[in-house]
Amino acid sequence: MINLEFIINTLSLGSLYAMLALGLVIIYGILRLVNFAYGELIMIGGYTMFLLAGFTPLPWLVVAVLAVAVAMFTSLFTELIAFRPVREKSLTAMLITSFAVSTLLQNGALLIISPRARAVTLPQIFQTSVMIAGTSVPWRNILTIVTSVVALTLLTLLLRRTVLGIALRAAADNFTMTRMLGVPANTVISAAFAISGIMAGIVSIFWIGRSASVTPTIGAPPLLVAFVATVIGGMRSLTGAVVGGFVYAIIISLLGVLLPPDLVEFREAFMFAFVIIILLFRPQGLIRSKTSVERVG
Amino acid sequence: MNLVDRLKPLNTPFILVAVVLLLAVLTALVDISLLTRIITVMFVSLIMVLGLQLYMGNSGILSFAHIGFMGIGAYTSVLFSMTPTAKELSNPNLYPFLIPLHMPFLPSLLIGALVAAFIAAVVGYPLMRLSDAAAVITTFALLVIINVVLVHWDRVTNGPRTLFGVDNYTTLWTSVTFCVITIFAVYLFKESRIGLRLRATRDDAYAAASIGINMVMMRWLAFIGSAFIAGVGGALWAHFITSFSPYSFYLTETFVVLAMLVIGGPYSVSGAVVGTLVVTAAREILRAIENYVNILQVFPQGFFGFTEVVLAIVLIVILVYRPTGIMGSRELRWPQKLPKV
Repeated sequence: MINLEFIINTLSLGSLYAMLALGLVIIYGILRLVNFAYGELIMIGGYTMFLLAGFTPLPWLVVAVLAVAVAMFTSLFTELIAFRPVREKSLTAMLITSFAVSTLLQNGALLIISPRARAVTLPQIFQTSVMIAGTSVPWRNILTIVTSVVALTLLTLLLRRTVLGIALRAAADNFTMTRMLGVPANTVISAAFAISGIMAGIVSIFWIGRSASVTPTIGAPPLLVAFVATVIGGMRSLTGAVVGGFVYAIIISLLGVLLPPDLVEFREAFMFAFVIIILLFRPQGLIRSKTSVERVG
Repeated sequence: MNLVDRLKPLNTPFILVAVVLLLAVLTALVDISLLTRIITVMFVSLIMVLGLQLYMGNSGILSFAHIGFMGIGAYTSVLFSMTPTAKELSNPNLYPFLIPLHMPFLPSLLIGALVAAFIAAVVGYPLMRLSDAAAVITTFALLVIINVVLVHWDRVTNGPRTLFGVDNYTTLWTSVTFCVITIFAVYLFKESRIGLRLRATRDDAYAAASIGINMVMMRWLAFIGSAFIAGVGGALWAHFITSFSPYSFYLTETFVVLAMLVIGGPYSVSGAVVGTLVVTAAREILRAIENYVNILQVFPQGFFGFTEVVLAIVLIVILVYRPTGIMGSRELRWPQKLPKV
């Protein structure tokens, strides 16, 4: 039951979820915005791959890079058009805005492309497996792990070694103070949205790699995963997001194996019940950040 | 104090009820079946929006679970109102002990609403301690949980498949009657001691706590009331639509109800009414355009999602330029003369 195959699959799932959660947390940390439109960035990445891989002769690697770029620009664009004007108003206004942006992008895809699923052409490597120590492991899972290690390393370097990274981390700690020290708010927030979009774009490659098709509503499941993972890990800590992603993957894989078959279909409900319990008893998540005011009594 | 003076503070609900009744009478006079359908559904939406206003408007906290409670109300009431034969036909997997239950429409509706309120009371109490993003994520989680349960508990809900064979009990006049009751209930709640205290916690949680207001308790009461109204709305809707699936109670519906409330103005009861009327009118016009374009076959892949796209853009524009909605926090009332000194 718990063998090498299980471990590699869980690791690959965990690294995917870690990237997902990071993209959500990097915005939440600065703006306190739970971005409901985050899942739609994955959908946008998917449709970019569908269009480019299906209708242009571009090599697949270029297609993948362009998908990430389009997701990033969409993220930046939503910030500029929708979130920036409501930023100063209220948290509720911003949350409803993100819900509206999500509906807008989803129905935009419905309107422009089609309500039906579209097949995405993927390179051969997404379908083949390799034998490791007697078990067959899909290349896709290995690629997921490698890509996420590279992405997380680059992100860590950015956050630790560059001025922008230091500004981002400072803004997540205390945004008002950071602004007083002369860091332009718009730059920091745009950077956060860009990173979030890049994460969504990378995730979209592997998420769509699993099903090889894209629909307008494909963004909902990864969004739910990201919610749960960020809550487990701690809404305001980037390390927490990574930890949360892996914990989520471990729990969901174990639930899949351990729950009786009648209850497996309810496992999402269990995950979300778990979220509620965590927010009640440990609203700061597994990894604590400096301030936490989510709970009032 | 004579009767007129006593009723004066209630002039807002009277105006709103007058608007609702006027619409209903006009609809009945015109008597086109499509219009009657639209207006009936609009009154059910109005009940939903008023229910959401009761919690969101007074507590200032966004709740996503509302549509979930609507689903609970719908499925529970249907379990009681359907005849045993219809139940066996529609859902062969139903638990045997649920089959013989059969009641008239009104008690079924009340049971549906009570079950929704009861579930809200049980799961809601601990959630009321959370604010801001945590509150939003937990109510969102609650919506997902309710949806997963509705989709997979096929021994009660017929699973993801459509449940059909529900009798049509909701007429224009039933929905209007419940609308009128709900308008008064929501307005009176807002002006009641509980409502006033809850609004105080919304405006300044710490100041409210310092004068001894139990914020968690106030929010909890509003949450239960809101779920009860959502349950009523769900039951009415179920007995109007007569066949539905769990997917009717999820994010699309949440978006519509939220858009109605936010566009109208979440902080006033009049805002809920105005928002519902405006958004319903806009949606019907947009949907007519969508259908027309589909019939003309301008686009080979079909023309879907136009209504939602426009609605989402309007919602964002409203949030940018007028975040408190059309009504702000004002209520509609007759212009009043200043008292003579």
